[in-house]
Amino acid sequence: MSKLYSGAEIVFKCMEDQNVEHIFGYPGGAVLPIYDELQNFKSIKHVLVRHEQGAGHAAEGYARSSGKPGVILVTSGPGATNVVTALTDAYMDSIPLVCISGQVPTHLIGTDAFQECDTTGITRPCTKHNWLVKDINDLAETIHKAFEVATTGRPGPVLVDIPKDIQFQKTKYKKPKKEKKLNGKSHNHFSQNHIDQLIDLMSKSAKPIFYTGGGVINSGPKASELLRELVYATGFPITSTLQGLGSFPGDDNQFLGMLGMHGTYEANNAMHDCDLMINIGARFDDRITGKIDEFSPKSKKVHIDIDPSSINKNVKVDLAIVGDVKTVISSTLKNLKQKKSKFLKSNKQKTSKWWEKIQRWRSVRSLDYIGSEETIKPQYAIERLYELTKDKDSYITTEVGQHQMWAAQHYKFNKPNRWMTSGGLGTMGYGLPAAVGVQVAHPKKLVIDIAGEASVLMTIQEMSTAVQYNLPIKIFILNNEYMGMVRQWQELLHDKNYSESYTAALPDFVKLAEAYNCVGIRAKKPEELDDKIIEMLNTDKPVIFDCMVDKVENCFPMIPSGKPHNQMILGPKDQESKKITGKGKSLV
Amino acid sequence: MSKSKSAYSFSNKKEKLDTHIIVVWVDNEAGVLARVVGLFSGRGYNIESLAVAQVDEKLKISRITIVTIGTPQVVNQIKLQLRKLVPVHKVADFTREDKAVIFKEMALFKIVGPNNKLESALKACKKYNPILLDKTKKSKVIQITALRREIDKMSKDLKKFGLVSVSRTGAVAMTRGADIFK
Repeated sequence: MSKLYSGAEIVFKCMEDQNVEHIFGYPGGAVLPIYDELQNFKSIKHVLVRHEQGAGHAAEGYARSSGKPGVILVTSGPGATNVVTALTDAYMDSIPLVCISGQVPTHLIGTDAFQECDTTGITRPCTKHNWLVKDINDLAETIHKAFEVATTGRPGPVLVDIPKDIQFQKTKYKKPKKEKKLNGKSHNHFSQNHIDQLIDLMSKSAKPIFYTGGGVINSGPKASELLRELVYATGFPITSTLQGLGSFPGDDNQFLGMLGMHGTYEANNAMHDCDLMINIGARFDDRITGKIDEFSPKSKKVHIDIDPSSINKNVKVDLAIVGDVKTVISSTLKNLKQKKSKFLKSNKQKTSKWWEKIQRWRSVRSLDYIGSEETIKPQYAIERLYELTKDKDSYITTEVGQHQMWAAQHYKFNKPNRWMTSGGLGTMGYGLPAAVGVQVAHPKKLVIDIAGEASVLMTIQEMSTAVQYNLPIKIFILNNEYMGMVRQWQELLHDKNYSESYTAALPDFVKLAEAYNCVGIRAKKPEELDDKIIEMLNTDKPVIFDCMVDKVENCFPMIPSGKPHNQMILGPKDQESKKITGKGKSLV
Repeated sequence: MSKSKSAYSFSNKKEKLDTHIIVVWVDNEAGVLARVVGLFSGRGYNIESLAVAQVDEKLKISRITIVTIGTPQVVNQIKLQLRKLVPVHKVADFTREDKAVIFKEMALFKIVGPNNKLESALKACKKYNPILLDKTKKSKVIQITALRREIDKMSKDLKKFGLVSVSRTGAVAMTRGADIFK
């Protein structure tokens, strides 16, 4: 007879078989049996966070930078509710997470027991799927299925809720079954005909553009390689969403920069005027499309996505190719080589006028800003950070706000999985714990959280985690003492009524760093910035870098609310003439 | 300039709303109805009526029939979103005008009053397969099966005969002929 294992042991047996090396968690009453077993499974390392939200974001950073699912272990009640923000964040940005939560014993469920909450009920809308395991014999199978659901198709978070009595009960362990089918939910639904249509559209187009997103990253590093091959083979311009940065080299001439609300002038105008838009793994998010009625009015639209429900959700497309990005691009390339081997040559002439137009847009230099010798401009700080770290294969996380957009605009990424940011949900406080997770996955690499002082305070306690595990993350705070993006919107939309967007009584971040037993560095003047950044890079400990920047700088260019792509505000001067009035005001 | 719509909003164009009957085959497991219904409420879709019961005891499959109203784009999203749910096996979509599909709802009417009115009530139901389920000197419980609008009409018409209580199910649907939905 095979050995009997407790539920707690089975949790780790499953993790072993799923090749889990790190879990992020926080113990509590309802998961104590699982924590009790931890020491018996040496291949699994637990990272103790300081708040369950931190565990969630750390797991996201881990997953996004490594391509492996992030694993979270939390207790019932507050443990589970604290992780909800991170699960929702992962759901919006399609990050594979497996969250194991403890639950009160089955006989107490529904009695309002201590630290009981309806975890599966609360997390139902923010996970791909979740399970409450009420029978020990279902446990192993459920956990294996959880990993499968999280990592296949469009990735996302899942949760397995395990009552405490189940953790004690014993049963036989079941290994994962291979090649399971999820109710026939396979992922490639395209045919040769679709690829032929795509190639036909591509060869007819005079004003094409690739619009790529996080789906390319999620499809694996190979997808990014193939994307590069496809873009070079076609000679088409390419723009990327916030989540897609890194899938194509940010310093390449064919790359127009990020598109969308704070995207470049050339990217947004090219999206507006193109005659063929090839969306690869992006989802026509409202930050991208601007005014939907006037979104790219003259183009044929192709949408390549693994999730059928992304097709025609916000924007109707002419050709939908449902499948894994990697497979679709690979098939397209193959056909292109076979059928149109001289594509680049024949196409160069056709798109030359388009490229001329793009160069004219480029010459506007929409990311330019007015420099200063007195104060550090936030854009300048990012530029310097980029110049001083670009040879290091660095990993960048961010919080949410102006600093995030400046980082996206001015830090150039050349590889996928190097850029971790909260896009869909826009979670302030994401970056610091995400950096912890990234550093756990890549102990030897440089990991920087480009942060705002308001965001970083939301999860600052995770510095303690970084110190405990010797994770030398660098927290690079663009400190303007304001919730900068809120302040910017108030300036633009609410007659400069800066209601509650100024943070009085900020902590002294240098002293705060010292309190956490890491290193604090402050830069106040542009001339000292480089030296201080170098000092930060040379510090083999966690660092909080307090970069005091211009307090009232706004993030431009910008598509104001309710405007299409071709009506951007370029800078402070432009802002006056394109003031947002009337109805546009009510749009967030 | 102030006429602009939100970066958040959908198109200005008023699209036609259609009534659709969505049939969903799901694993009959805990919380599955909450997943389906939560998807509707969470994404702002309508539910006009809902009928659900297990239809395969061995495979533990339940059949959920949902009547919904939406633009073609929304109805398409409903189907695609439903198909993403892990316990969902298949999703069928019928329009109410579809001649190849039978739709039926059931209603129970309780009539209280003098005998002549009770008889008139039963007579009024004649077209809709009335079944007398309960009878006392003062009351009758009548079951009918019909379309939604017919039951709506009967609920109004029977008032004059002493209708005191109505209980009705959501619509259920089945294709005509030998074919089944795969």
